[in-house]
Amino acid sequence: MLADKDRIFTNLYGIGDKSLAGARSRGAWDNTKALLELGRDKIIQEMKDSGLRGRGGAGFSTGLKWSFMPKTPDPLRPSYLVINADESEPGTCKDREIMRNDPQTLIEGALIASFAMGAHASYIYVRGEFIAERIALQKAIDEAYDAKLIGKDNIHGYPFDLYVHHGAGAYICGEETALIESLEGKKGMPRLKPPFPANVGLYGCPTTVNNVESIAVAPTILRRGASWFAGIGKPNNTGTKLFSISGHVNKPCNVEEAMSIPFRELIDRHCGGVRGGSDNLLAVIPGGSSVRLVPADQIIDCPMDFDSLVKLGSGLGTAAVIVMDKSTDIIRAIARISYFYKHESCGQCTPCREGTGWMWRVVTRMAEGRAHKREIDMLFDVSKQIEGHTICALGDAAAWPIQGLINHFRGEIEKRIDRYAANPHPDPVRVAAE
Amino acid sequence: MSVRRLAEEQPASFEFTPENKAWLEAQIAKYPDGRQASMVVPALWQAQKQNDYWLPQKAIEKVADTLGMPYIRVLEIATFYTMFNLEPVGKFYVQLCGTTPCMLRGSDELIAVLERRVGPQRHVSADGLFSWLEVECLGACCNAPMVQINDDYYEDLTAENFEKLLDDLAAGRPVKIGSQTGRVSSEPEGALTSLTSFYGDGAKAQAE
Repeated sequence: MLADKDRIFTNLYGIGDKSLAGARSRGAWDNTKALLELGRDKIIQEMKDSGLRGRGGAGFSTGLKWSFMPKTPDPLRPSYLVINADESEPGTCKDREIMRNDPQTLIEGALIASFAMGAHASYIYVRGEFIAERIALQKAIDEAYDAKLIGKDNIHGYPFDLYVHHGAGAYICGEETALIESLEGKKGMPRLKPPFPANVGLYGCPTTVNNVESIAVAPTILRRGASWFAGIGKPNNTGTKLFSISGHVNKPCNVEEAMSIPFRELIDRHCGGVRGGSDNLLAVIPGGSSVRLVPADQIIDCPMDFDSLVKLGSGLGTAAVIVMDKSTDIIRAIARISYFYKHESCGQCTPCREGTGWMWRVVTRMAEGRAHKREIDMLFDVSKQIEGHTICALGDAAAWPIQGLINHFRGEIEKRIDRYAANPHPDPVRVAAE
Repeated sequence: MSVRRLAEEQPASFEFTPENKAWLEAQIAKYPDGRQASMVVPALWQAQKQNDYWLPQKAIEKVADTLGMPYIRVLEIATFYTMFNLEPVGKFYVQLCGTTPCMLRGSDELIAVLERRVGPQRHVSADGLFSWLEVECLGACCNAPMVQINDDYYEDLTAENFEKLLDDLAAGRPVKIGSQTGRVSSEPEGALTSLTSFYGDGAKAQAE
């Protein structure tokens, strides 16, 4: 188990003082100037050595991402850091706690990351629904300005402005290029890549988009050294991680734990175990709704990290662990996720726009058993035609839950089809609102 | 994608209040020169808040004029982003999260409460107090099930405490924002399992 002294978010639950003074008493902004004096190259090297993989879901090396930014500044095309706080992946609620309870970790990280990338301005894009969170964050930023920790003329000698921006309820704006489009005042429709944002991003300028958690852990990594962070977890899956555990556990919670903690230990130690005991576990969606579900017997002793979960055909994603016990109607649970993707598809690419609605309608019928068994293979086949054939990963994210369901619970679908066939009725199919 | 259209009945005009006008001008300074279009979502949001939580056509056009954008560009934004209500809502606009993490924790029971008390979705109750909508994940999954009423989150709901919450709102009594079961935020219920060297078991904070 991770010791408290190795925890980065020491006010994760908002029990301590949330003000700047409180954050400083817990170690934030402690001689930040010395960190900047390491210089751009050394900061990026430390971040690479720490093994930090982006916490927004894709798990790409944060240090490597920072290194893609241009080294020589072009006055006509200034660099930007954009922080992705459009936390909307079902199951995920960790960045919310950073913003409202421990915001100075994020603000200090924004200064350091911007320095490492030569950016003098940064935007934090907060999802529209997080109204209290964006007020709390703005208050913390105002405090940092007043203390001259950031701003045009700050005590660190590196001019830096930090702004809060917000969306208005579009999951797709969590995709980095859609987020940039939205920040420019357009519909959040993802851009084709290349060019990548590091070349052509916000307002056509070099831009890096990072998740809140990736930025907020940076100051502590630099302060305590890459080897400290790299020493937690397993090789290629290092550091501490915020896990959001929801669903059928006795005590759902957010918790910062060591990467690679086994599922059983995570649940038993922090969540009071699975509801009804571990024998009552049916399946787990380990990384937010976009990854494939994993049945109980495979997940129970699996280390919770990127590589171990990929081996199970799933992924760590945002580490949003959705636990389902044996009382769950697993087909309906996945059908609801399908509805989510249908609702959130931006409509730009045909396979996703049409496919998400088609998959939702079919899987909703299957939840009632009103389907033919041959449609199971057809559904799988259609999901494969959506996956990989869209501009952004939303198409993949809509396909994977369906594939996970068919891979692991085909028997359950067939059973339900048989049950309906034995007792058919003409009632209309129950569906969520269109 | 969801199909969204403007309301049939529209007010004849919309004008920002002097405070909101000043706010808008101050906010535009956050973006580089000539990039004031970046303000379109926050500006529409402010207009919606000013107009009882829904966005009439005249407000959309006003935002377009203010930011120097073609009407169609702003109309696109207003119909694309689902937090913009294109028709009137109740004084207490309940957005109920029905996505899988909340569904697993019992959002169906909350839906039943709303259907019985308020009626179908997108329908304002006769007294004008309530309307509701099932929305997608609101990002408070460790405190599921939950709803957002106007600006505020109400978490750890059950059919019973949700009924009480709606009663209190209707009667104008003060309500507690956030967890309805006494949690501070998303810590495990009861004793803390981490950060104990800072806060002990956390019981004091939960009692406050």
